[in-house]
Amino acid sequence: MAVENVNFAAASRKALQDPQLRANFRRAMDGLVTKRAAQFADAKEWNGVRTLAASVRTRALAKLPELLEQLEANLTRNGIQVHWASTTDEANAIVLDIMRRNGATLAVKGKSMVSEEMHLNAFLEEHDIEVVEADLGEYIVQLDREMPSHIIMPAIHKNTKQIAQLFREKIKDAKYTEDVGELTDLARRVLRRKFATAGVGMSGVNVAVAETGTLCLVENEGNGRMCTTVPPVHIAFMGIEKVVEKLEDVAPILSILPRSATAQPITTYFNMISSPRKPGEKDGPREIHVVILDNGRSSIYEDEELRNTLRCIRCGACMNHCPVYTQVGGHAYQAPYPGPIGKILIPQIEGLERRGEMPHACTMCNACVEICPVKIPIVEIMGRLRTEAVKKGGHVKGAGARASAREDAAWKGWAAMYSSPLAYRMASALMAKLGNAAPASLPLLKEWTSARVKPRFAGRTLHEMARKKGIPDA
Amino acid sequence: MPDARNSILSRLRASRDANGIAPQAAPPSDFTPLAEKKWDPAERLDRIRRLMEAVHTEFLETTEAEWPAAVRGFLEKEGLNSLLYAPATEAGARLAAEWGEGGPELVPYDRPVEEFKERLFDGVDAGVTTTLGAIADTGSLMLWPSADEPRLMSLVPPMHLALLKADALYDSFWQVLREKRWADGLPTNALLISGPSKTADIEQTLAYGVHGPKRLVVVVVR
Ligand code: SF4
Repeated sequence: MAVENVNFAAASRKALQDPQLRANFRRAMDGLVTKRAAQFADAKEWNGVRTLAASVRTRALAKLPELLEQLEANLTRNGIQVHWASTTDEANAIVLDIMRRNGATLAVKGKSMVSEEMHLNAFLEEHDIEVVEADLGEYIVQLDREMPSHIIMPAIHKNTKQIAQLFREKIKDAKYTEDVGELTDLARRVLRRKFATAGVGMSGVNVAVAETGTLCLVENEGNGRMCTTVPPVHIAFMGIEKVVEKLEDVAPILSILPRSATAQPITTYFNMISSPRKPGEKDGPREIHVVILDNGRSSIYEDEELRNTLRCIRCGACMNHCPVYTQVGGHAYQAPYPGPIGKILIPQIEGLERRGEMPHACTMCNACVEICPVKIPIVEIMGRLRTEAVKKGGHVKGAGARASAREDAAWKGWAAMYSSPLAYRMASALMAKLGNAAPASLPLLKEWTSARVKPRFAGRTLHEMARKKGIPDA
Repeated sequence: MPDARNSILSRLRASRDANGIAPQAAPPSDFTPLAEKKWDPAERLDRIRRLMEAVHTEFLETTEAEWPAAVRGFLEKEGLNSLLYAPATEAGARLAAEWGEGGPELVPYDRPVEEFKERLFDGVDAGVTTTLGAIADTGSLMLWPSADEPRLMSLVPPMHLALLKADALYDSFWQVLREKRWADGLPTNALLISGPSKTADIEQTLAYGVHGPKRLVVVVVR
């Protein structure tokens, strides 16, 4: 489902008026925040593992071109086929070609955010190929033809009643039940048939190891293992940044990712795939393909500050801790990656013309920066993107798209006023006299007051009051 | 697409070099925080048990001499009728030799999955596999499936019984990667398993057995 017109402000206003949605998010996020904190109760351990995880990712990025080549060489040596795609269109075409060559009309897919970026399901459906999402949360949103609202918990915006209703409407012979165990069994029954008959299984990649040519997947349900073991062909999707240098580099990421994401010491399954089925082996796919997608990442890589964005391990913790996300939910962002990481990643991928509004959906409270397991300076990058949006000639695609001569003039005037004591005094005296009479609908002021109450100016300035108290220099 | 490959790589290289970051300048990582994760050998099993039981794993204690009988007894107690096993492994051969008459049916995984799918997906109650040991830090079993002990044995049947030798316990995954030199040669598929299959995707309510086994039983062999 490609989003045509993005309007965060309008979408979030709508979300704010939905008490059910807000309750669903609030409850879920509060629970996750508390449970995550318990996992990292030992501050020394948290700092140590976090610093280590960040250093693993930083080192991988410093050696990125070499590591990608090494990964490609080792995957190939292991019998895994590597495909490169600059754009999502190229990636989709690669997938379609593999499906056609294998005569496959049904694919089962484990969670993959890159495939969301590609809008792969919609693309394949246009070509008469059925793709079934196998992660329970993804399956639920797919049944309702929605986008995921959280990168770890795609259906977090729905409550049990809504899911019960959806299953009854969409699954053949399903009875209405609000019993979570029964609902899960229902999905198990449907999806098992799909696993057993699909021609292709698809998955994401949490970490790819250059040293050994290994694809690592983190999951709880077992759908990832099903998708990568039962169908005769496996296609894995990864962004170019997902590689690490050594096998041991996986350990710190595995130590910190599940605790940050869902407050578990580890997920149920950690699945390391190094080769297709070898002679004599009785199961596993006969072909494995890895699609390595750029989609704007190499451009992010060019800038030293923005490059930090690529350290992300997609844990989703920044969403759980974001006061804006918690209020408006994931759909308001109209993007595969919502919340703080989405607010810095999506504008860099899609450009500031289209997404310049996103970095403004942030209070700069820094909560995400404090919990990010790989220390991404999210808020600094947010500020940088705001600046780039109004300044021509920046690095990010669409830099200067939101530049306005009027706003520019206003800020220049503001700066001039604040750098001259005389001008400042005159202006503040004037505001004390006339500020309250100025209508909230004045140009520029309007943008601020459309969602906020106009502040009341005090009758006397601080300087005046200080002088009255006998402070000489005021 | 070869063009994509070259353009991505040359772009990355150009921008990295323009910024003057030599690859060798990236500092090596200090793994001390993981090296510090250590437990008294006597405590490891307790910790593994506590962590795994917290996510509904069951434990069965037995001995080297008695484990095949213990497995059979457990299945009978649970009223299960069939057990998928790996006939070509040492453990599988022993299981078959000592199984005896009657009782749950032993189903060998001895053919490619293509010839075996119906039975595998719909006709076995449990599967039994070996493990390489377990990890105290996170409460995880290590499995290296093989030609003799295929990957789906621990995934498709509704119950997975995992044989764990009580002396094959390690502190952390990092320790295993290092000491056992996994980087020197990984199998087709290596796994950490830390509980039965689970999901919290419906309103954060935990439910077990969404795709994989509903029950994981660790058979501790002393
Ligand atoms: S930015 Fe940090 S906190 Fe957010 S998803 Fe990425 S790694 Fe997790």
